[in-house]
Parts: sequence; structure tokens; C-alpha cells
Amino acid sequence: MRTILIIIKKEFLQIFRNHMMLPMIFIIPLVQMLILVYAATMEIKRIDLLVIDRDNSQYSRGLISKLSGMKIYRVAVIPTAGKEAEARLLDNSADAVLEIPPDCERLLMQRQNSSVQLRMDAVNGMAAGIINQYTSLTINNYHKKWLASLMPGNAGDGLRQIRVIPRYWYNPGLNYKHYMLPGILVILVTIMGMFLSAINLVREKEMGTIEQINVTPIRRIHFIPGKLIPFWIIALAELSFGLTIGWLFFRVPVRGSLLLLFGFTSVYLLAVMGIGLFLAALSRTQQQLMFMYFFFMLTFLLMSGLFTPVESMPQWAQTINHINPFAYFMRVIRMILLKGSGFRDILPEFVSMTIYAVAALTLAVWRYRKTI
Amino acid sequence: MDEQDQSISGGNTEHVVEAHDLTKRFGKFTAVNRISFEVCKGEVFGLLGANGAGKTTLIRMLCGLLRPTEGMARVVGYDVVHHPERVKFSIGYMSQQFSLYEDLTVAENIRFFGGIYGMKKKDLAQAGEEMIRKLRLEGIENRLISTLPLGWKQRIAFSIAVLHRPGLVFLDEPTSGVDPVTRRQFWEMILETAREGFTIIVTTHYMDEAEYCDRIAIMTHGNIAGLDSPENLQSQFNVSSMEDLFWKITRERETADSITGI
Repeated sequence: MRTILIIIKKEFLQIFRNHMMLPMIFIIPLVQMLILVYAATMEIKRIDLLVIDRDNSQYSRGLISKLSGMKIYRVAVIPTAGKEAEARLLDNSADAVLEIPPDCERLLMQRQNSSVQLRMDAVNGMAAGIINQYTSLTINNYHKKWLASLMPGNAGDGLRQIRVIPRYWYNPGLNYKHYMLPGILVILVTIMGMFLSAINLVREKEMGTIEQINVTPIRRIHFIPGKLIPFWIIALAELSFGLTIGWLFFRVPVRGSLLLLFGFTSVYLLAVMGIGLFLAALSRTQQQLMFMYFFFMLTFLLMSGLFTPVESMPQWAQTINHINPFAYFMRVIRMILLKGSGFRDILPEFVSMTIYAVAALTLAVWRYRKTI
Repeated sequence: MDEQDQSISGGNTEHVVEAHDLTKRFGKFTAVNRISFEVCKGEVFGLLGANGAGKTTLIRMLCGLLRPTEGMARVVGYDVVHHPERVKFSIGYMSQQFSLYEDLTVAENIRFFGGIYGMKKKDLAQAGEEMIRKLRLEGIENRLISTLPLGWKQRIAFSIAVLHRPGLVFLDEPTSGVDPVTRRQFWEMILETAREGFTIIVTTHYMDEAEYCDRIAIMTHGNIAGLDSPENLQSQFNVSSMEDLFWKITRERETADSITGI
């Protein structure tokens, strides 16, 4: 036990003597959270809509003025279809093109069907979907009102309609930042814990000090915890700092128990740090470690549900996610912060993570050799 | 590690090191080939040889860092194969890189290394103070190792290696890359330490340093080609200097190797 304390003390001395360390601990999270949370958003703030009005009727002009009156649309109108529409889509000056055919109003007046075409830049499929939904809804609403104005008291052919009243639970304002911020916290805490401890171990190899350590009576079960605990503490401090920033700048809610969140994070950190130290035990140089680390980090991070919900991934991806520690933390931190889930709700994740931590640490201790 | 096992001398063996047919092979390459020798208590024992002769491999086996392929060795009374951790408790080790932590101060290095050898706080403080006084490092205790000249680092590394009063000290090419004056000073320090009763095994490829040793073993291609006091070896091989001795032994050995077809 005393040996572990001696190692921890030495690590802390070295960590805080490194000029890069304090800025890394405080500035990186600030910048990452402020930039990423704002930037990594799926919200669509503005749609550049080009309307080809070939009808030029009261109906079409009414629709255009309705669209122009909405904050989200920036509308440009041209009278005829031609090369311009495609050119605008190509140079990104239009996100979507709405074409109103000639005779649109006339057909409608004759109680016939007519259609308008909405062409979208679907390079980003998700954004295109949102534009489609939103624009269709707007046009339908306009159409209903138009019908109603034609036949007062007889809207919708007199049929009773069912109306869905949406209530967005856990995130009533559909605030995307509240969804993203816990995700960014996952990245931060993971980098601080997993990466720093691993790079620290490999650095001792590169400096040659590990050889000196290996001829001392330090045992593996002293050395690994001694390397791990300092960064474990730093990563937990990082979580507190990140939560504080989240609360100050984004008012991210903390609906569940902070104790539970820190409890789960502690176990999670042991698991990812175990993996990190295992990778470090495999690598001779920092470069080798970096390659393995980035492979691991990128794959698992993109699969973890940071941007895209895990539920919409194919089955095989969801299966792989059973061994993805980031996915567990990503889910749990959102459950606790946004939904206020309690211990019973996250129990399965807690159990999985505990098993994971034990396995990863065992692996790391086993792989670290005192012999060459 | 049983803490009560940290016997400083490791028992009453007259021989601090006993090696029997110690062998290390890496694949087909034999780095150390059936070496047997003893090192007596209080000796300064030199291991000489060109780069690649097997000195470092031999030392690493004796430290418990490398597992021998064959043979056995007892170091300060403990078997290196079965009890490498006990061996580690009873030895001091300094490599050519003087592996101190460059980003820690002199005093912090002393506290760290003393601490992990299980030295008691009081003993450690006392030994540390004594060491700083002896090395005339007063006022420098709180400077980072990285700011010190090479010669100082080397002397500090050596002093830390003997701080816990190990039964045997390994010095693996401790003087490589150091200027002649500093080398000489360093050897004075080693000899002074040996007079206090420490047993020291030192590897080097500087032939002049052999003169400082009580006995030397000259290694070529994983074998010991000659083992005795420097004077005896010189008369045995009928040469007048260590340089000549080394030349003669390595050349003879190579001729022998080419005849037997090794």
C-alpha cells in the first residue's frame, strides 16, 4: 500500500511539473465544450429555398409570401425552370428547390389534384429529411388554410380530424445542446483518463526509466494502480469541471443523482484506463500507442451514439456496441443528466461496466511484464 | 514481496553471486553460453567485453530482468529464476542511462527510490541527508535532475543505487559517454563505496577501467575467455597492458571459433 502511495505521489509531482498539463486540464474542456456543443449540432437554422414559380397565380404568390415570412427560409424566386436551379444547388447557394407547375391553381380550382416538386440537396441526408418534413408541413398548412378560405365552414371536406399533440419529454425545448453536451463530456473524460495514463506509461519506456523500475521490488499490482489512480482522480475532476461549464453556459439539466453519475464514471474510467494501459503495455513507443489509440477511439466513438442514435444502427453494429465502453457511458450520462434515471434504471449498464473494468485491469496487469 | 525478506546482505554466503552454466538464447543466437563464475563478498568485479559480447544479457539475468534459458544463478542467496523479486529487493542497479526521473528534483528522486525499496521514513531522511552531504549537493537538492551536468547525474544515480544498502550493486556501463576526468572521479567513488563493504559488479568496454577491479572476466561471444585479477591475467597471457590482453584474448578466441566452425 505504501508503495502505491509513493508511486502516486511521484506521478502527481511529474504531472503538475509538466507545463502543458494544467492548460490541458482546464483549457481543452472549455474550448471543446464551447465550440463542439455549438458546432456539432443537427439543428437547421436556415434553409435557402429557391422557388420556381411557373404558375404565377394568387395561390403560388400566397405560398411564396407565407414561406418568405418564416424566419427559417431565405426565399429566392425565379419564374422559369432552367439551368439556374441546378446551378444554385451545385454551388450550395440553395438547399432546396420548390417548383410550382403552371396551371397549379387552375387544377386545384377544378377540384383536381396538382403537385409541386421539392428538390433537395441530399448530400447530408439527415438535413434533407428535415427540410422535406418541415417544408411539406408548411405547404400543407398553407393549403388547408387556402381551402378553408375558399369554402368557409367546410374545411377539410367536413371530416373530423385527429390531432396529435406533441410533448417532448426530458428535453421539452428540443435543445440539441443538452443532447450533445453529455456526449462531449464523455470524450473529455475518456481522453483525460485513458489517453494520459497510457501515454505516461509509454513515456517511461521511451525514457528508459521503466528499466530502472523493473529492477526494483515494485510489483505489478502496485505499479499499475500507481499509474492509474492519479489520472483517475484528474478525470473525475475533469467531469466536475465540465459539468460546471455545462451548467454555467448551457444550463444543462442535472435531473439525476450526481453521486450516481460519479459512481458510474469511476467504474467506467477503470475500464477504459485498463484498456489504455493494456495498449500501452503492447507499445514500445508513443507513436505506436497513438496509432492503436486513434483506431480504437475513432471506431468506438463514432459507434457510441455521440451523433447518431445507437438504436438506428444496424443490428451487427448494436451487437458490437456491447463491447464498446463509450456506448455505455454515452447512454448512462444522458439517462442520468437529462432523464433523471436512478440506480435501478442503469443497473444493467453498471453491472456490465464493472465486469468490463475487472477484465480490462486484469488484462493490463497481466500484460505488463517486469521481465524484458 | 515479503517485507521481512529485505535482508541487506542476503544471508551469510561468502559468494554474493554463484552462476552455474548460465545460458541465454534468443532463437538460434546464443547470447550467453554456459557461464559459471562466483563473485565474493566485498569484491569489485569487472565484466569486460566488446559490444555484443553478452555483458548486458548476463547482468540482466542476474538482476531477474531476463529469464535464463538454461542453468541457474544465486544472487545474494536467492535463486534468480524462482525468486527474482527477492533478488530485486537486495540489489542496486544503475544502467548507462542513469535512469533518474529528469523532471523530479534530486531530493524527490531520493525519496521515491528509497521509498520503493521499503526504507523507513526516518532512515531514508537520514541516508538522503548523508548522501547529499557526501556528494556536496547542499543547495542543489531541489533542482531538477534535467538541469544538472552529466557527471553529477551519474554520481547521484550511483548514490541512489546504493542508498538502501543492497547486498550487491550492478553498474551497467556506468561511464559510457563521460569525459576522462569525470570517469576517474566516478571510479574513485565506486572504490570508496567498495571499501565500505559493498560488492560491486561493473561492466565496461574501457580497458583502462579494468585496473580498478579486484577481478575481471573478459567476455567474447557469450563466453568467459579469462577470469582472474588483472595482474594475473596479464602474466598468464604474457602481455604488459590491459589493451594487449584484451586484443590477445579476443583474437585467440576468434581464431578458435573459426577453427571449430562456430
